[in-house]
Amino acid sequence: MPQSLATMAYIVATILFILSLSGLSNQETARRGNYYGMLGMAIAIIATTLSGAVSSTAYPILIVAILLGGSVGAVLAQKVAMTQMPELVAIMHSLVGMAAVLIGFANFMDDASSLSGVEKTIHEVEIYIGILIGAVTFSGSVIAYCKLSEKISGKPLLLPGRHFFNLLLLVAAIGLGWLFLHQCASGEGCLPQLMLNHGGALPLLIMTVIALTFGVHMVMAIGGADMPVVVSMLNSYSGWAAAATGFMLSNDLLIVTGALVGSSGAILSYIMCRAMNRHFLSVIAGGFGTGGGGAAAEVVGDVQPINAEETAQLLLAAKNIMIIPGYGMAVAQAQHTVYELTKLLREKGKKVGFGIHPVAGRMPGHMNVLLAEAKVPYDIVYEMDEINDDWGNVDVSIIIGANDIVNPSALDDPNSPIAGMPVLECWKGESTIVMKRSMASGYAGVGNPLFVMDNTRMLFGDANAMLQEVLKVLKA
Amino acid sequence: MKIGIPKEVHEGEKRVATTPEAAAQLIKLGFSVSIESGAGAAADLSDQAYQDAGVSIVADTATLWQQSDIVLKVRAPEQHPTLGVDECDLLREQGCLISFIWPAQNAGLMDKLAAKNATVLAMDSVPRMSRAQKLDALSSMANIAGYRAIVEAAQHFGRFFTGQITAAGKIPPAKVLVIGAGVAGLAAIGAAKSMGAIVRSFDTRPEVKEQIESMDAEFLMLDFKEEGSGTGGYAKTMSPEFIAAEMALFAQQAKEVDIIVTTALIPGKPAPKLITAEMVQSMKPGSVIVDLAAEQGGNCELTEKDQVVVKHNVTLIGYTNLPSRLANQSSQLYATNLRHLLTELCPTKDGVINVNFDDEVLRGATVIKEGKITWPPPPPTLSAAPAAKPAAPVLATEQPPSAFATALQQLLPPLIGVAALFALGTVAPASFMAHFTVFVLACFVGYQVIWNVSPSLHTPLMSVTNAISGIIVIGALVQVSATDTLVVGLAGISILIASVNIVGGFLVTRRMLEMFRK
Repeated sequence: MPQSLATMAYIVATILFILSLSGLSNQETARRGNYYGMLGMAIAIIATTLSGAVSSTAYPILIVAILLGGSVGAVLAQKVAMTQMPELVAIMHSLVGMAAVLIGFANFMDDASSLSGVEKTIHEVEIYIGILIGAVTFSGSVIAYCKLSEKISGKPLLLPGRHFFNLLLLVAAIGLGWLFLHQCASGEGCLPQLMLNHGGALPLLIMTVIALTFGVHMVMAIGGADMPVVVSMLNSYSGWAAAATGFMLSNDLLIVTGALVGSSGAILSYIMCRAMNRHFLSVIAGGFGTGGGGAAAEVVGDVQPINAEETAQLLLAAKNIMIIPGYGMAVAQAQHTVYELTKLLREKGKKVGFGIHPVAGRMPGHMNVLLAEAKVPYDIVYEMDEINDDWGNVDVSIIIGANDIVNPSALDDPNSPIAGMPVLECWKGESTIVMKRSMASGYAGVGNPLFVMDNTRMLFGDANAMLQEVLKVLKA
Repeated sequence: MKIGIPKEVHEGEKRVATTPEAAAQLIKLGFSVSIESGAGAAADLSDQAYQDAGVSIVADTATLWQQSDIVLKVRAPEQHPTLGVDECDLLREQGCLISFIWPAQNAGLMDKLAAKNATVLAMDSVPRMSRAQKLDALSSMANIAGYRAIVEAAQHFGRFFTGQITAAGKIPPAKVLVIGAGVAGLAAIGAAKSMGAIVRSFDTRPEVKEQIESMDAEFLMLDFKEEGSGTGGYAKTMSPEFIAAEMALFAQQAKEVDIIVTTALIPGKPAPKLITAEMVQSMKPGSVIVDLAAEQGGNCELTEKDQVVVKHNVTLIGYTNLPSRLANQSSQLYATNLRHLLTELCPTKDGVINVNFDDEVLRGATVIKEGKITWPPPPPTLSAAPAAKPAAPVLATEQPPSAFATALQQLLPPLIGVAALFALGTVAPASFMAHFTVFVLACFVGYQVIWNVSPSLHTPLMSVTNAISGIIVIGALVQVSATDTLVVGLAGISILIASVNIVGGFLVTRRMLEMFRK
């Protein structure tokens, strides 16, 4: 296949990728968009294979690797539970980061390139940056995966002087970069014992270790509630890693695709930060509630518990019901019971809706996917902005395992750590039922005055078990 | 401990202090419950129903009083008509009594109970605070009284409440004036409204305006500035000027409306006289006045306590036992109030009560503890009236940054960006610039496209971008044919893991998108 034909195929693939992303603007076109993406990927791989860059001797490796990797991917995709989507996404980010590091090293060791002068320097810088981003993405995603799957604690690890430590790592990375360029030119710093017979190998390896450390440290310092930001940020990084690889290999398709993914992740991070009224930098810097101001107002008052039977009666008396799911619904795997309940209430002529806060769950859009899995029709699932003015019409709102996203102190207590964060203003409705395991506070560690409001009733217990009970009473 | 519920002895009293449902809950708290035979009969609660709930039936009044550690009653103790003894004397030594007491009006009763070394909790002394709402029997009884007031009025009123246009002519809706929008007043407004009447309401406390309007009634404004809220959400006595203006308003309203419901009460004082004989005279013939303050002397000069009288062609209803006229309903609410109080008294659920004076609610309700009169309680610390204005937000003290600084802050990043681009342009070769152009344009395309993505599809967006970023496989593909075996190995592994991403990402996205349905 001549080079120009391969380039043409790349353009087609690029367009298909753009269509794939733009297809996600609504549910009807999204499925088609996904197929565009698959088609684009197939065209890109076939065109590259046939373009002459791959010699036929490499085909066996190629085919075995693709089949093996592909089947692992297929099994993962089939087996993963929808509640584990954040973990899957995180581990897949780490794979992209790892691939970027490996390709960077392969490119570094490959002497085939015949560049010289400024172009050679730029190429070396590209290798360096590509590996740097790839390594941060890799280690950061692995930690994010461990935190999401609760293999390690979700609490932020705040080392003393952590900002200083990060700065130190950055300075070291820049210094090593300079040394790397210098040694590339002079041919020093080889590591023959590791088969790295190329100048600058030592600083490159040290930098990789530093980048890995940075990735680990950065994600360790971030709390569970900030996970949606971290996951979308790592999504962005994986894109930039691909783009950097594209620069390294002078491949426009990689650059374009990487840039698309990178900006996608960046926008998602921005949306998540805005939904929490937090600055991107302060999320990345880790910790929570470091902002000054006075102490947040204590929550005083008694909660009013309710049992499943009374809940059912409240629901039967209501006309307009709004359900607000949070991470607790995912933990309790209650989405199917929620759907059963919704179906029953709708059959009884109630208007049932779902209110989704942008940061509910552990990744952007997490709740939507869980509800979709349980077959909740998406036209009764509303975004926060769509419903926040209509709470006056709501008779009963049920809050399932959510806390900070329905905390009124975000609006009226300027000293609250979550002050200014937009929240679902369910307390403006007739009555609110809060389903919680216990009176523990949310991830932000903030008390919630909603729980002691006059029109709030607390239904304690496992969300799934309690909903089952409510369902039983409703059916009886 | 043993709880006993005697039959009410007050003339015309049909309520009973517990219902089978509430009794079952009390038994769950660890108490044993007995009831005098026939105690619930007037409220349509049979002995059998109580027995089914696990309550034992005691035929003899004196036995019941003697065996009970705690006696639950509705009315304050009084002379027993058939036994000829005072109920106070029936109460066992050091026993506990929970009922309405009205300690301010009944000093003699208090002394008698104290002499018995009794512990007495008065349902009328429960402090008015949000935590105590569930045991506020005054409110639940007032609610019933307000509703019943409208029902009584409707019975004595010669016309419809609602307006209608019929073939036989037009029927104007009745006009109802409710004076005093407390719990009873609001309940009356709601009942009258739901029957179709035009409802107006007046109250000296301006903060209830919203509540009145929320029930779709008209709030009668008095063009006079004076705060009428006392402590604890009750009204207080107003100045003579205010009362004059108020009376002028009522005089004018009396000529217009068909039904007046008065609920004006000031704690510990005789009811204010709001409707004079002249006003009654000025009302249309057939009008009705329901005076819910009849017990405290009445808001209308002509009201006769416990009687329905017709004066100047106006029916004046002075019943003081309106809750008792809805005996089943009021027994249920009162029983629930009592049950909540006992839950507070018995937090350990072992059937033993603990009159904990650190608890503000229990302190307020307890009027006699072990023979010592503890009434009146220290003033409550919480008032339903709004406290002083909260302190201004701390944030206000922050200096706004100067216009120059803001402009600089906004312009600095783009300026640095432009400078960096130009610096790059001076050194970078043409081949790099071509790629860079593509990169920048792609970022902008991405920016435009992603903002259109529906928030509900953010998870599929992440998984599909995951799959797409598997495009990094291209980088591995171009290196897999290298001569160096190590390079080939690295490239091979890269292809493998990138393939996981591509296949896994696309398939899981498809799986998710299949789930989204209307």
